[in-house]
Amino acid sequence: MIPLQVAALVLVGVGGLAVVLARDLLRQALLNSFYGLQLVVLFLVFQAPDVALSALAVGGGAAPLVILATLAKLRAREERRR
Amino acid sequence: MSARTRLPLFLVSVAGLAALLGYGVAGLPAFGDYHGPYGLVLNHVVLAQRHTTNVVTAVVFDYRGFDTLGEELMLFGAVAATALILREAREEEARKILDPVHSEPVRLIGLAAVPVVVLLGLFVAAFGYLTPGGGFQGGTVVALGLLLVYLAAEHRAYRRLTPTAVVDVFEGGGAATFVGLALGSLAGGLAFQQNFLPLGRIGALTSGGSIPLLNWATAIEVAAAFLLLFGEFLEEVMVERR
Amino acid sequence: MSYLPYALSVWLLVVGLYGVVTSRHLVHLVVCLTVAQSSTYVLLLAVGYRKHGTAPIFKGIPLGTKATDPVVQALVLTDVVVSVAVLALLLAVAVQVHVREGTLDPDEIPAVRG
Repeated sequence: MIPLQVAALVLVGVGGLAVVLARDLLRQALLNSFYGLQLVVLFLVFQAPDVALSALAVGGGAAPLVILATLAKLRAREERRR
Repeated sequence: MSARTRLPLFLVSVAGLAALLGYGVAGLPAFGDYHGPYGLVLNHVVLAQRHTTNVVTAVVFDYRGFDTLGEELMLFGAVAATALILREAREEEARKILDPVHSEPVRLIGLAAVPVVVLLGLFVAAFGYLTPGGGFQGGTVVALGLLLVYLAAEHRAYRRLTPTAVVDVFEGGGAATFVGLALGSLAGGLAFQQNFLPLGRIGALTSGGSIPLLNWATAIEVAAAFLLLFGEFLEEVMVERR
Repeated sequence: MSYLPYALSVWLLVVGLYGVVTSRHLVHLVVCLTVAQSSTYVLLLAVGYRKHGTAPIFKGIPLGTKATDPVVQALVLTDVVVSVAVLALLLAVAVQVHVREGTLDPDEIPAVRG
């Protein structure tokens, strides 16, 4: 196993733990997109460019948008209730 | 069950799960030591059998096309369910909300990037069976390029660019085309979803038989599904901004 | 060292499940679920990897060069795209829970009435 693969695997492990341990939701959304980027690097290093492309499109654009739109809606509702 | 009793119970059971999974993966061959016959067979025969250079796309749309049919219908169902849940509870329409971006450089560069990203998405989808890419990746990138209109300019422009009726038709049409092509080969006397068009020259855009058709049907469906999804979520946010 | 990818997938599943169980907000729970889901991607791609193998794309590359397994890559690639749609569905349900119950703490949401 080449060192680049070991580094990518360790980074993904640490990134996953960071996403779970984040308690502030906005911070977790940003950590999730960064975790997606780490997964893209891992997929590339595993010689899977198609998978890396779809993970990049999804983790870089679609998933962060959906999560942030939900957080925006929830925050607006909370502020309206106060 | 309160949180205090849940955590120790979880830690015990997850230790058991991890032990079981660890025992399971220890029985796998070592990383890099690939025995399995299917990958070796496919890498050897796909170029001769289907004339496509991207083996993964040939597997997605031809050899394992039935799984892709299931995934497409899953995508269709998930987006339909999301639209149903969000539209049913929405009290008012947010079509007239502007929500503009005030920074001029962001507008300029963002809007200049929109045709570039859409073109990139179409390129990734079009050449998907020759180089890395495909309908799924290209469709997502096209949807993100059109989302950039909202991110760089305003919500109203995004709504005008993706009217719900048109996007619904494209999404349903893409899924129906995929199923129709699969059933069409059945009607033509071949097996379900069998490749029925002539294979072209290797490396040309017209190679692969019916793979390009399925590829484009998937790209259209995925792009429309994501545009619908983004539109629904953005309207949920805009409803709060009146 | 040669079992590190498999150990990583078990680790991601355990970490994701820990996040789901100890979560105090439904949106946090859903994002932890995506972490648990990515463990399957890592496991599948690790099973299909071939030492000194290249990507299974043969444009300009002579037929017969060692390549990784394309079948698992096909499975993971469609899975990644569909998982976002399922994520959106779960978040839509979370928004509806907030509309009806007013809170998103899993411990405080009462059981289904009716």
